[in-house]
Amino acid sequence: MAIEDDVLVIGGGLAGATAALSAAERDATVRLVSYKQSTLRHASGLIDVLGYMPTGVDEVNDGDDGGDGSGTETPLVDPFEAIPSLPEGHPYERVGLETVREALLFFDSIAGDAYAGEHTDANALVPTHGGTVKPTARYPATTAAGIASDPRDALLVGFETLPDFDAPLASAHLQAAEVPFESRGITLSFPGIRRSDAKITRYAHILERDESVDTGAGDGPARAALAHAIGTELEDESRVGLPAVLGDEHADTVRRDLEERLGIDVFEVPMGPPSLPGIRLEELLYDALEEAGVRVTTGVPVVDYEPVDGANGSDTIERIDHVVVDRNGQQVPYSAQQYVLATGGLVGKGVRSDRDRVFEPIFDCHVAHSADRYDWFVDDAFGDHPFAQFGLSVDRELRPLEESDGEEADDIEFSNLRAAGAILGGFDAAAEKSASGVSLATGYAAGSRAGQEASE
Amino acid sequence: MSDAQQPTDDGSGSEEFEPVQVFPEAEEMDLRPGADDCYKCSTCDTNCPVAEVDDEFPGPKFQGPEQWRLKRQEDHDIDESVMKCSNCMRCDNACPSEVPLSQMHNTARGEYVEENMSKFSREYWRNRLLSNYGTMARIGSKVPRLTNFMMGLTVTQVINEKLLGITSEREFPSFATETFREWWETRGGHEASRENARDARERRDDSSDDESKRVAYFHGCYSNYNTPEVGKAMVRVFEHFGYEVLVPDQRCSGTPMYANGMLDDAERAAETNVAELASAIEDGADVIASCTSCSMSLRQEYPELFDFEDTETVATHTWEALEYLRIHEDLEAELETASVDMSNFAYHAPCHARNQGLDGQTVEVLSSIDGVEAEDVGDSCSGISGTYGWKEENYETSMKIGGEMFEHMEGADAESGMTECPTCAMQMEHGTGYEIKHPLEVLSAALADSETPEATKASGEEAV
Repeated sequence: MAIEDDVLVIGGGLAGATAALSAAERDATVRLVSYKQSTLRHASGLIDVLGYMPTGVDEVNDGDDGGDGSGTETPLVDPFEAIPSLPEGHPYERVGLETVREALLFFDSIAGDAYAGEHTDANALVPTHGGTVKPTARYPATTAAGIASDPRDALLVGFETLPDFDAPLASAHLQAAEVPFESRGITLSFPGIRRSDAKITRYAHILERDESVDTGAGDGPARAALAHAIGTELEDESRVGLPAVLGDEHADTVRRDLEERLGIDVFEVPMGPPSLPGIRLEELLYDALEEAGVRVTTGVPVVDYEPVDGANGSDTIERIDHVVVDRNGQQVPYSAQQYVLATGGLVGKGVRSDRDRVFEPIFDCHVAHSADRYDWFVDDAFGDHPFAQFGLSVDRELRPLEESDGEEADDIEFSNLRAAGAILGGFDAAAEKSASGVSLATGYAAGSRAGQEASE
Repeated sequence: MSDAQQPTDDGSGSEEFEPVQVFPEAEEMDLRPGADDCYKCSTCDTNCPVAEVDDEFPGPKFQGPEQWRLKRQEDHDIDESVMKCSNCMRCDNACPSEVPLSQMHNTARGEYVEENMSKFSREYWRNRLLSNYGTMARIGSKVPRLTNFMMGLTVTQVINEKLLGITSEREFPSFATETFREWWETRGGHEASRENARDARERRDDSSDDESKRVAYFHGCYSNYNTPEVGKAMVRVFEHFGYEVLVPDQRCSGTPMYANGMLDDAERAAETNVAELASAIEDGADVIASCTSCSMSLRQEYPELFDFEDTETVATHTWEALEYLRIHEDLEAELETASVDMSNFAYHAPCHARNQGLDGQTVEVLSSIDGVEAEDVGDSCSGISGTYGWKEENYETSMKIGGEMFEHMEGADAESGMTECPTCAMQMEHGTGYEIKHPLEVLSAALADSETPEATKASGEEAV
């Protein structure tokens, strides 16, 4: 017999976890199935909603934009103000502005003190490891003292063995971007680590456990040694930024300890993959799932589905009876009344491609794309690549749509399937900086509808 | 793709260009596809419990795809750091690009041991001895009391550490005075089991025939020699549901052998196991394992590493015990009417259970039983990883990795521990002093122990 729940969420990233949590709020029994680890492990941990207007869309209330229709170079001040002017088919247009706001509130209630930014609608500008600033709606509390609109001078500290963060370069980049403060970058050696291929988890572990390390002058606790090394380099800066390796489960304790020792604010600079703020966000979400009683199955893929018998007539919409999970060769059925598909985009492998086509591998939902694969991309590396928008088209309830025949209203693929997150088409997350917001808003909307219908 | 090989993709060329065809067909195991799929996101590295506590270990991304590329250069041998990998296989589960990391590690380790480790070294013989635990145990368990006495002696532990490099910090697991197989034979083997199964089916109004309710038990070394109570529980629970149990001849699953790069030893053991289990499958049986590393090995590592006639058949017919009952019976409904009087358990999901999608299963199943709770102690690795934590040079690392689990166990509202993996159980007991049970023992207590006079009698004997 199948493993049964009311709602089954496929995919364990930000969208899947949000969907599962919001479904669980509707008193449904919920299971989340996730195959490999999600792209949260690559994620900066920042919760962006909309950083830039998509190409070709005129920004509201912005008379001095060049008006050449090629998108804006300057970040949006207020993402919520811009959302109503997004084109039809954009995930935010599908769910509507109010749902985006609700989803953010929902996230705030889950994240609690771990995140900041809920005091305003305006985007915060958070410096990242290359010295660029990212417009974002929410940011980890560990990065809060670093935001670029803060006029206090900052010292950025990198480590010789951690080449992913070049503090002098990042600092120069910030100065070139004319941030309203003086920034200076230095490079130190991290107490206790000599090898340049030590993993970020090793740095975090040393600080979290405050391991005894070789400080150069005998053995001593790592945090004191690090604070001492920074302290001797500090001039009159009133905040110091370090790469985001300051602990794992207890990052807050590590940062506060350093702050006390130095007497000034300490902040983390979000790094590229793999990323501890992303991992911490994943842990935060999975703790919330456990708390909410969501059953979690990881490490195995959903590979197929079976429709409900007899519902496959010409004028009835197909309904999913159960999905098939592959457990190292065994085909195990999992059934639910409602399903949410949140398996990610091309990077997360929720949308796949081969030399002939682009497809969604579990339900074979329609993915619009050109038949000629040379039309999937453009020559300019940073241009508007069609592949960036590959994904499922959905109705306003986030149910995937069959291939449109142009005239008629589109038909939905399955009556009990919704899609959420990066698997959706119609937006370019990397260009407009909306990946997290879309996952939150669509995950929240899909999960609450699924939960509601399943418990009715 | 290099500039020299521009594809002509407009259909004008007479021959379709396929980039894979520019490389010759692989004659032996070729890990190139795995190496090419790695886009260096390093998610695997963040999951490696060894790299987190030891910066000398360059992590799974290096051990897999990077090492494979380096090795293409004639002057590069496999780096000796591969021996620091504990074979927890957490990186497999991590990779978003489906790189077969543990397969690459097993292959690299096998090559390192074959070509770079002296066959006269202490390390080689120590590893060979540890990885062939089943053979040692077979000899040791012939005189269990003597062996237990000998292994407990301080002098033995000193010799082990000084001479062999086996840590003296750990106490050797004691051998049962009666192995599972001895108990099974005395009990009447599969004929007795068939009778019990028929009785149970009659009681349950289950009209299935013998062949459709038959399972072959892969007990592994540990349930046989050290914890026969797990094997007995498996038999009782399956018979309760009307299954006839077969216990085919078997050798070690191979897990400790891969972990030590002893691929030839593993292949010999696997050949026996595949042949014996395939013949049980021929008779209508599915294969059931109670140890999650054994089921992992039969399901994943055999097809990755070996190519016997029935490797795939065995892989696709192998199940973990609770998983099988969950799919084939209404296990949870039955457990809802059952109750036991047991203390709560701090449950640790073994890494090898995690990789089979079984990490949440035990807590879910046990939540149906009245009178017992299992609390998950989080997703950290126990750190022992089979033979890994037994090696003198790894002991400290092993205990550092286990630190998080020990803390969470002590923080849980429970006085004993639970896990499916025998070596995780050793580590849990070693780190906390808790008694450690297998989930099947709880199921047996909830469903089967009061059922047959034989069972009551048997459990009475155990107490002696």
